[in-house]
Amino acid sequence: MIKTVASVDLPVDEVLEIKKNRIIPVNGLTGKEKRISVVTGIHGDELEGQYVCYELLRRIKNEPEKLTGIVDVYPAMNPLGIDSITRGIPAFDLDMNRLFPGNSEGDMTEYLASKIISDVLGSDVCIDIHASNIYLTEIPQIRINELHQEKLVPLAEQLNLDFIWVHGASTVLEETFAYSLNSRDVPTLVVEMGVGMRTTKEYCIQMVDGIMNLMKQMGIWSGEVKAPRKSIISVDPDDVVYLNAGSSGVFIQEAKHWTVLKKGEIIGKIVNPLAGEVVEEVVAPIDGVLFTIREYPVVDEGSLMGRMLKLDVCKEAFDV
Amino acid sequence: MNKKVIFEIPSIYRDNFRVTGYEFGEGEKSVCIVGSMRGNEVQQMYACSKVIKRLKRMESEGRIKKGHKILVIPNINPYSMNIKKRFWSTDNTDINRMFPGYNLGETTQRIADGVFEVIKDYKFGIQFASFYMPGKFTPHIRMMKAGYESVDLAKQFGLPYVVLRNVRPYDTTTLNYNWQCWETHGFSLYTTTTNEIDKESAGQAVRAIMTFLAKQGIVEYTGHDGYKSLVIDDKDLISVRTKKSGLFNAKVKVGCEVVKGQVLAEIIHPYEGEVIAELKSPVDGIVFFEHDEPLTYANTAVFKLLEREV
Repeated sequence: MIKTVASVDLPVDEVLEIKKNRIIPVNGLTGKEKRISVVTGIHGDELEGQYVCYELLRRIKNEPEKLTGIVDVYPAMNPLGIDSITRGIPAFDLDMNRLFPGNSEGDMTEYLASKIISDVLGSDVCIDIHASNIYLTEIPQIRINELHQEKLVPLAEQLNLDFIWVHGASTVLEETFAYSLNSRDVPTLVVEMGVGMRTTKEYCIQMVDGIMNLMKQMGIWSGEVKAPRKSIISVDPDDVVYLNAGSSGVFIQEAKHWTVLKKGEIIGKIVNPLAGEVVEEVVAPIDGVLFTIREYPVVDEGSLMGRMLKLDVCKEAFDV
Repeated sequence: MNKKVIFEIPSIYRDNFRVTGYEFGEGEKSVCIVGSMRGNEVQQMYACSKVIKRLKRMESEGRIKKGHKILVIPNINPYSMNIKKRFWSTDNTDINRMFPGYNLGETTQRIADGVFEVIKDYKFGIQFASFYMPGKFTPHIRMMKAGYESVDLAKQFGLPYVVLRNVRPYDTTTLNYNWQCWETHGFSLYTTTTNEIDKESAGQAVRAIMTFLAKQGIVEYTGHDGYKSLVIDDKDLISVRTKKSGLFNAKVKVGCEVVKGQVLAEIIHPYEGEVIAELKSPVDGIVFFEHDEPLTYANTAVFKLLEREV
């Protein structure tokens, strides 16, 4: 059943509504069911979650009798942003993922954030699906604040994603959706995968397989599921090496995403089309695997070109 | 005066990105003044240009005291201002959320680092700041309660108000917060406007800075001492919120005295022209902040009032 989570009148002849689709077992509720919430679209330029929401609902509707819990799907937390290809909340120029937990007495953006949190509270698990941004492509991964790793890593391992990255705590992240929920005892997993403004079917299917598996483990789904792949888990900040451009120019990718690279191997070139020259070769600084790769070609000095995971952490997964 | 490039990045198709500083005097790093950091902060850059013009004259008259260096950076983000974009031209990040910066990080982290390396050792730091909501402010000094703030110093600007506020998580990556972490006395100076020039409040800000510098023994200045500042807490400002969305028709201006029950603004139906809501003042007081856009959303804090006998 489609429900309105929050509603606000806009200035000119339009109502902004944030909606969710709640699916419950065909025979109704006993009050003991577990509940999973799948949330996406906090950043209006991240669309991978759109396919995930569609595919998840399609599978459940295909075998409704197998559903034994509550599934809440929130496909568009920032509907104005999605509609206008805007990352933040249009007109306010604010990153919605820095507004939580919001304030029911606050302005429109704070009010919406507060209504979303109130609605998701009570979930046994929440999955917040992001899609990198338009500049980078990410391998399907889960990012976990070290403060919440004990509770979240076992859940993340059920989600069939390639990589679980436990990162350091940061004060500026305390106003994110996931932090707000995790600190209110709703285990919330942040997924990053694919690239902004696009959907990557293969990743989305992989993600939905994982959600179905997690639902099965939670007692929300009684149908068949695929066993999840073994995720690579990194908890040491030194496992991840950042690659930043040393020059401005246009990036031409050469190495393949999510493959083993040897130290010194070429990842790509930054070229100057005006001069017809290579201004920089971007090379692997370590033996490892490229899990983030530059997607948007135009780069400034300092632009993030990629991230590599040390080979020691992923030897088993890559059979080397 | 010594004009110098304090940070520079080459670009493929644009002129180099440059942050330009103006140094006055020689000696210990006494005060650093920063203008705009976002592409819409034209007033903040304008006010800085007035400070530079004034210091240039004072230096030629020998009124900058020996042993003191003053650095003024009118604009940390000319790239965004030149294309009329608020945040960084390519990835839309905010330089004022990147401090103290990282020299091996992303572009705006590098800019923050490159600038902060130059400005972090000054005794006093003054930033012409702007608010995230569109509107006009009564000129004031704003300080975060980050543990290194000094209200007595803030009063020496002689602006009508000093506003204190609590630190929020996002503040920890701002210039002002990091100045304080590096033991610089940091002040945010708010003039009235942001993306339009208000000469009067810019002039008031220049006089306030000169008054402050004179009281610190950095310059010779015998202008007006200004106001005896009233110190208030941000949470004591009373927000007046719209009940409905629509056209916004303010009836009072920033700085006005208002009485309880007075109509502050009307919300007008965008198609039919009827008044659909009136905003009345809940107290006697002074308009500290005024929303200044023609449209408003419901529940927006369009006025902030300071309760006072009028």
